[in-house]
Amino acid sequence: MSTATVTPKGPSTLRGARLPKWSPYAIAGGSIAVAIGIGLAGGLHSRVQWGLIAAILYVVGTYAIASAVEGKRQAKDRIATSFVWVAFLLAVVPLASLIWSTVVRGVKVLDVYFLTHSMGVVADTEPGGGIYHAILGTLEQVGLATVIAAPIGVLTAIYLVEYGRGNLSRAITFFVDVMTGIPSIVAGLFILSLMLMFDMEPFGFAGSLALAILMMPVVVRSTEEMLKLVPNELREASLALGVPKWRTILKVVLPTSIGGITTGIMLSIARITGETAPVLLLVWGNAFINANPFEGAQASLPLYIYQQYANSAGSGAAYDRAWAASLTLIAFVMLLNLVARGIARWKAPKTGR
Amino acid sequence: MAKRIDVSGLTAYYGSHKAIEDISMTVEPRSVTAFIGPSGCGKSTFLRTLNRMHEVTSGGRVEGKVLLDDEDLYGTGIDPVSVRREVGMVFQRPNPFPTMSIFDNVAAGLRLNGNYKKSELADIVERSLKGANLWNEVKDRLNKPGSGLSGGQQQRLCIARAIAVEPNVLLMDEPCSALDPISTLAIEDLIGELKERFTIVIVTHNMQQAARVSDRTAFFNLAAVGQPGKLIEIDDTERIFSNPSVQATEDYISGRFG
Amino acid sequence: MGTPTQITDAPPPASQPAVDKRAARGATRPGDRIFLGLSRGSGILLLVVMAAIAVFLTYRASLAISKDQGNFLTTFQWDTNLVPPNFGIAVLAFGTVVSSIVAMVIAVPVAVAIALFLTHYAPRRLRGPIAYVIDLLAAVPSIVYGLWGALVLVPQMTGLFSWLNDYFGWTGVFSWEGGAPRSMLTVGILLAIMILPIITNVSREVFRQVPQMHEEAALALGATRWEVIRMAVIPFGRSGVISASMLGLGRALGETMAVATVLSPTFDIQASLLDPGGGTFAQNIASKFGEATEFGRDALIASGLVLFVITLLVNGAARAIIARRKEYSGANA
Repeated sequence: MSTATVTPKGPSTLRGARLPKWSPYAIAGGSIAVAIGIGLAGGLHSRVQWGLIAAILYVVGTYAIASAVEGKRQAKDRIATSFVWVAFLLAVVPLASLIWSTVVRGVKVLDVYFLTHSMGVVADTEPGGGIYHAILGTLEQVGLATVIAAPIGVLTAIYLVEYGRGNLSRAITFFVDVMTGIPSIVAGLFILSLMLMFDMEPFGFAGSLALAILMMPVVVRSTEEMLKLVPNELREASLALGVPKWRTILKVVLPTSIGGITTGIMLSIARITGETAPVLLLVWGNAFINANPFEGAQASLPLYIYQQYANSAGSGAAYDRAWAASLTLIAFVMLLNLVARGIARWKAPKTGR
Repeated sequence: MAKRIDVSGLTAYYGSHKAIEDISMTVEPRSVTAFIGPSGCGKSTFLRTLNRMHEVTSGGRVEGKVLLDDEDLYGTGIDPVSVRREVGMVFQRPNPFPTMSIFDNVAAGLRLNGNYKKSELADIVERSLKGANLWNEVKDRLNKPGSGLSGGQQQRLCIARAIAVEPNVLLMDEPCSALDPISTLAIEDLIGELKERFTIVIVTHNMQQAARVSDRTAFFNLAAVGQPGKLIEIDDTERIFSNPSVQATEDYISGRFG
Repeated sequence: MGTPTQITDAPPPASQPAVDKRAARGATRPGDRIFLGLSRGSGILLLVVMAAIAVFLTYRASLAISKDQGNFLTTFQWDTNLVPPNFGIAVLAFGTVVSSIVAMVIAVPVAVAIALFLTHYAPRRLRGPIAYVIDLLAAVPSIVYGLWGALVLVPQMTGLFSWLNDYFGWTGVFSWEGGAPRSMLTVGILLAIMILPIITNVSREVFRQVPQMHEEAALALGATRWEVIRMAVIPFGRSGVISASMLGLGRALGETMAVATVLSPTFDIQASLLDPGGGTFAQNIASKFGEATEFGRDALIASGLVLFVITLLVNGAARAIIARRKEYSGANA
C-alpha cells in the first residue's frame, strides 16, 4: 500500500546514523593524547602550542568523523556546539582567576587593623598601614554623589514617563542614552576644567560631582523602566477619584515601584563606587585621614588600589595592600548587588497588590 | 509519498505533568484526519508528538510508539531532524521568516537538505507556490519580504514552504484560527487538493471546518482540568457528526460543552 | 534645578488618553505646577550638564590648542612643558583604536557565542546561574581588572607572545623583542574580558526576543540546532548584536585604569602588537596628569575632548541602530 509509493528513499531515511553520546569526549581525549604526543616528539616547549594543536585536532577530528558518519550538516552542528561551549569556558577562566587571586592574595593583610588605620605614617614600600582613610573618602564621595544624582535622576525619569512628550523629552531621552556612554575620565576632565577656572585645589566633593554625572543617566534609565511597569489602571483609578496628578505620582506610582527604583539606585552606586579615573583627577589621594570632603585632598578605595600598585615600585607589601583593598571593594560592590537584587525580589510581587 | 501513521500507547508529559495519556490511532495515507476537542485536551500536544516537536518544549517527553509506515519515530537511532523533514508542519500563526524574501522562505527547507541548482530551486519554488495556490498573487514580487503579505497569504506561504521539501505527512495546528473567513476558505480548498499527495492531520477548534475538510475525525477530551487528555473516539467524519458512538462526542459536537 | 515660575504650558492635549487630559487640567494646581517644574527642571539640568561638558571642554581645549606649536591631530609628541609647547594626539588615537579593535575582535565572537549558549545550548537549569555570573563579571570595578591584569595576566602572556613571535613574527604585527608583555595585545585582551559582559547581556536579550514561532518554523523544516540559529536567530538579532558591540566599543575606547596599569606606555606608534609601547587617550590623561602644569592639564583636556567626541559618535550610532530595530520589530509584532 503506502509503502509501495513513488518515494525514492528507502525505509531508513529517518535512521540518520548518530554518533554515540560519549563521542565528543572520546574525540577530545584522543586529540589531547595526540597533541601531547606531537608536543613531546617535536620538542615543543610552549603549553599554549600543545593546547592549540589539541584544539585544532579536536575541531578537524569532530568534523571529519561526524561528516563521515552523520553527514555534513550534523558535523557543522557539532562544531557550532563545541565552539559555543568553548567560548563559555573561555569566559569563565578569567573570572575564576580574578576572584581566586583577589581572595587568596587579599586575605593576607585584610584584618581589623587594616580596616581601621590609614597610611599616615607608613611609606608606600613598607608593610603596615590600612585603608580606613580610603573607605571614609569613598563613602563620603559616593554618598554625596548619590544625594545629588538620585533625586535628579528619579525626577527626570518621572518627567519622562509621567509628563514627557514632544521634543524636550525626546532630547532628554537621547542625551541620557548618550550620557550613559561618557567615559568616566571625561566626566572627571569636565569638573577639572571648572576647577581650573576657579583655581581650586583637589577636594572630595569635586569627585562627587563627577561621580554624580556618571550616576545620573543610570538612575534615569532604571527608574524609567520601573515606572513604565506600573499599570496605567492604577494611575487612572487614582485620578478618577479626583486625586491630583502629583499626589497620584507620590502616593500611588512611586510606592508601587519603589522597590525597583531602590534596586536601580543601589546598582548605580555599586557602579560608581569602583570608578577610579575621575577621583584620580579631582580628589588626588591622601595618605592621611581627611574627613572633610569639601576641603583638601581625600583618599578613595579604588584610587588607593591604583596608587598602591603604581607608586610603590613593585613593593610586595604595597601589592598585598592593593589586593586586600580590591577584596574589600569587590566585597562592598557585590554586597550592594546582592542587597539590590534582594530588594527587587522582595518588592516585586507587591505590584499587583 | 504519503505514509500511514500508526500510534500506539502514546503518553506525553510536560515535566511531571501528564498532558495526554495512552493514545492509539491510525491515520490513513492520502486522507485528512481532523482532531477536535475542548481547549487543553492535548490535541495540539499530540500533533506535536507526530514530528517530535513536543520534545523541543522544556520538559517535554514522550512514551509510546509512533510508526511512520513501519518505522518507529521514537525508536533508537532515529534522528529527530530527519523526522521533521519527513513530517512537515504548519503552525497556528503564520510564521514566515521575517528577514527572508518570499522565494527564500519557500526555498529555506530545500537549502538545508542539499545542493540544488538555481534553476531547479526556482522550479521547485514555483511548483510549491502553485501547490499552495499562492503563485499568481506573488509571482511578481518573489524577492519582497514574506512579512509584507496578508495573513492568509502568509499562511499559504508557510504551506508552500512545508510542501517544498515533499514531506510524507503534513501536520496543521489550527492553521486558520488567525485568519479571516475568506482566507480560511482558501486554505480549506487547498487542504482538499493537498490530500491527493500528502497525509494530512489538522487540529481545529472549528467543528464545521472539521466536517468540511476531513475524511476522519478524532475527538479528544479530558476528564477534568489538570487531568491528561485522552482520545475518546476516531471514526469517519460523517459518522462522528451524525451518529457518534460515544455520548461525550455527541455532547461536544452538539455544543453542550467545550 | 528648574523653578516652577517658567512652567505655564501643559502637555499637548490632542489625541492623548484620558489620563493625560486630566494631567493637563491638573497642571494648573500649585502642587502639580511645583512637581512638574521640579521634574522637568531635573531633565533640563541633565541637558545643561551635557552642554556644559561640551562647552567647558572645548573652551579649555582651545586654550591649549591655540598655543600648540605642532599639529594637534598629527604630531607624534606630547611635550607640553616645552616653550613653545609641541603636542598632538596621533599616537593616542592610534593606540586607542588598535587596543579597541583587538578587544572587539576577541570579545564579539565570544560574547555572541556565550549569548547563544545562554539562550540555546546551556542546560535550562544552568542558565540562570550562568547569567548571574556574567552579571558579576560586569560588576567588578575596572581598577580590580587593572590590578589583576597587571599582576596576574601579564606574567601569563609571555608564553603566548613567544609562540606568536615564533610562528607569526614575520607578519610584523606579532613580532616581539622580548620586553615585558605590557603591550597593546595584552591591553586588548584585558579590555575584551571587561566588555564581554555588556555585549553578552545585550545580545542575550536580543536572542531571547526571537519569537518562538520563527524557531519552530525552522525546526519543523528539519533544521539542526545550528541551522535554526542561522535561519531564525542570527538574522533577527543581527542589528541588536551590532549595537551591543558598539556599546562595548564605547566602553573599550574610554577605559582608563585597566590600560594605565597594564600598558607600559611610550609616545610612539608600534607596528607590533606585542612590543610594549603606545598609549590611549584615557591612559595618557591618567598617567600624565600627576606632573602636568595647568597648561599641561588643558592639553590633556583637549585630548579628552577628542575621546568624548569619538565615544559620542560610537554610542549615538549604537543607540540609533537600537531605535531603528525597535520600530522594525514593532511593525512586525
